[in-house]
Amino acid sequence: MIPVCAVADLPDGEAVRIPGEVPIAVFNAGGEIYAIDDTCSHQDASLSEGWLEGCFVECPLHAASFDLRTGMPTGAPAKKPVRTHEVTIQDGVIHVVPQNQEAVV
Amino acid sequence: MRSIAVVGASLAGLRAVEELRTQGFDGRITVIGEEPHRPYDRPPLSKAYLTGTCATEDLRLADAADTDELAAEWHLGVRADSLDPAARSVRLSDGTEVVADGIVIATGGRARPLPGAEGLAGVHTLRTLDDAVALRADLDASTAGVVVIGAGWIGAEVASTCRTLGLPVTVVEASTTPLARVLGATMGAHCAALHTDHGADLRTGAGVASLTSTGFGPWKRVTGVVLDDGTHLPADVVVVGIGMRPNTEWLAGSGLPVDNGVLCDAGCVTAFPSVVAVGDVARYHGPDGPVRHEHWSNASEQPAVAVRNLLAGTTIQEYHSSGYFWSDQYGTRLQVAGHPAGADEVTVVDGSPHDRRFVAEYRRAGTAVGVLAMNNPKQFGRLRRQLRAGAVPA
Ligand SMILES: Cc1cc2nc3c(=O)[nH]c(=O)nc-3n(C[C@H](O)[C@H](O)[C@H](O)COP(=O)(O)OP(=O)(O)OC[C@H]3O[C@@H](n4cnc5c(N)ncnc54)[C@H](O)[C@@H]3O)c2cc1C
Ligand code: FES
Repeated sequence: MIPVCAVADLPDGEAVRIPGEVPIAVFNAGGEIYAIDDTCSHQDASLSEGWLEGCFVECPLHAASFDLRTGMPTGAPAKKPVRTHEVTIQDGVIHVVPQNQEAVV
Repeated sequence: MRSIAVVGASLAGLRAVEELRTQGFDGRITVIGEEPHRPYDRPPLSKAYLTGTCATEDLRLADAADTDELAAEWHLGVRADSLDPAARSVRLSDGTEVVADGIVIATGGRARPLPGAEGLAGVHTLRTLDDAVALRADLDASTAGVVVIGAGWIGAEVASTCRTLGLPVTVVEASTTPLARVLGATMGAHCAALHTDHGADLRTGAGVASLTSTGFGPWKRVTGVVLDDGTHLPADVVVVGIGMRPNTEWLAGSGLPVDNGVLCDAGCVTAFPSVVAVGDVARYHGPDGPVRHEHWSNASEQPAVAVRNLLAGTTIQEYHSSGYFWSDQYGTRLQVAGHPAGADEVTVVDGSPHDRRFVAEYRRAGTAVGVLAMNNPKQFGRLRRQLRAGAVPA
């Protein structure tokens, strides 16, 4: 479980990137917090720099849109989903449970 | 309309097929592509593919399942040689004739060669996968270094890739400031500084007088580049990045007006309502007259409009270009939207060019017309949206 930041430090419409071997992007979309892989499944762009519209993020490079709830792309040019990660909030702090680590445990 | 032929099996051609199916066309689709390869993505050719971090499979624009779903007939490795719009017929280089009610022209372009360099080993242009494979092989064997002729987008990306591969690189550019025509002199200079930041030798205002070579006949191989001022730049690999020419020769005698691209109306429809043109080859009627774009997002987005008009039999929708394109050089991402070339005022609105991280806004008579960003995708996205929202539809 990775502590990210205080809920109060991630305003609506904003995103943070957790660096690492597989960077993760954490979003506040209308008060809901979501975490997905930061790297777009199409090529090489950081989704935390993308445009948030409802619970979809648009990739800043070629505009593929991903559903933050499922990681599924809504259309070209991305074909593969990005992984989603579980988010929990403890004492006002956002925590992410990376999906792959979960599987190992 | 019961049958449609798509000529050109690259980005714009594939998107046209996808759009035909998305928009409900359930008739016969025939795709004709001169290259033997299934549709692949060109941008990585000068970047990750050339450095070896992206494999041939990663270039594919559609996998087998995607193409099966499109239920099209693919004629690959065959060229369309002529078009007769009245007879609805496309004649192919293997002698076959394809008859179709509608035609989508998506034949893109080819790299402009350096005059006089034909058949000289070591001299490359970069447009196709095969070009990239050949260039990569020569780069791997290079000992004397690389001269890149032309500091446009492709030249700059190849120079950057060669530096990543550890090769000495000289970039020769005829104009005094690279990219000035598109970005203006100040921003062009900021982008060009990336070359010198990373140890490439940039020679601006330098014309190429001749190439030197060794050997004869098929063994003739480049040894360097002579500039107008007499300087000799030794090189065993020369990459020519001096632009492209639209592939329109096959349309001679078709009656279609062609002038630096296939001329079409604001909805990509040609002089024949049953023939549309998309992508790099299409010179459509834009807000300021005929215009042709040579970038990925245009080739990706134009087919939706062209196909709608083709299926409707008339122009019911106009195409509005976002002007968006990107370039990756020296680990730096450049992004452009709108039409900066028409601006009379450029302001850096975020960051600083000296930090190689900024966003600049281009204005004409006080109105925002374009955005350029270096390593700043987030702010770029914001301004690009404002630009679109503020744009007066033509
Ligand atoms: C090395 C490189 C890097 C690039 N990088 C970027 C980038 O970073 N950002 C960006 O925005 N854009 C970039 N581009 C531009 C982008 O790739 C093009 O805009 C895009 O490929 C245009 O697609 P198209 O389908 O219109 O034409 P093309 O991709 O040129 O495809 C045309 C196809 O038609 C075929 N053809 C031609 N004539 C015939 C015929 N008579 N019969 C049958 N087939 C025919 C050709 O063989 C070709 O396969 C790059 C281009 C290159 C070459
Ligand atoms: S990298 Fe995200 S859509 Fe291409």
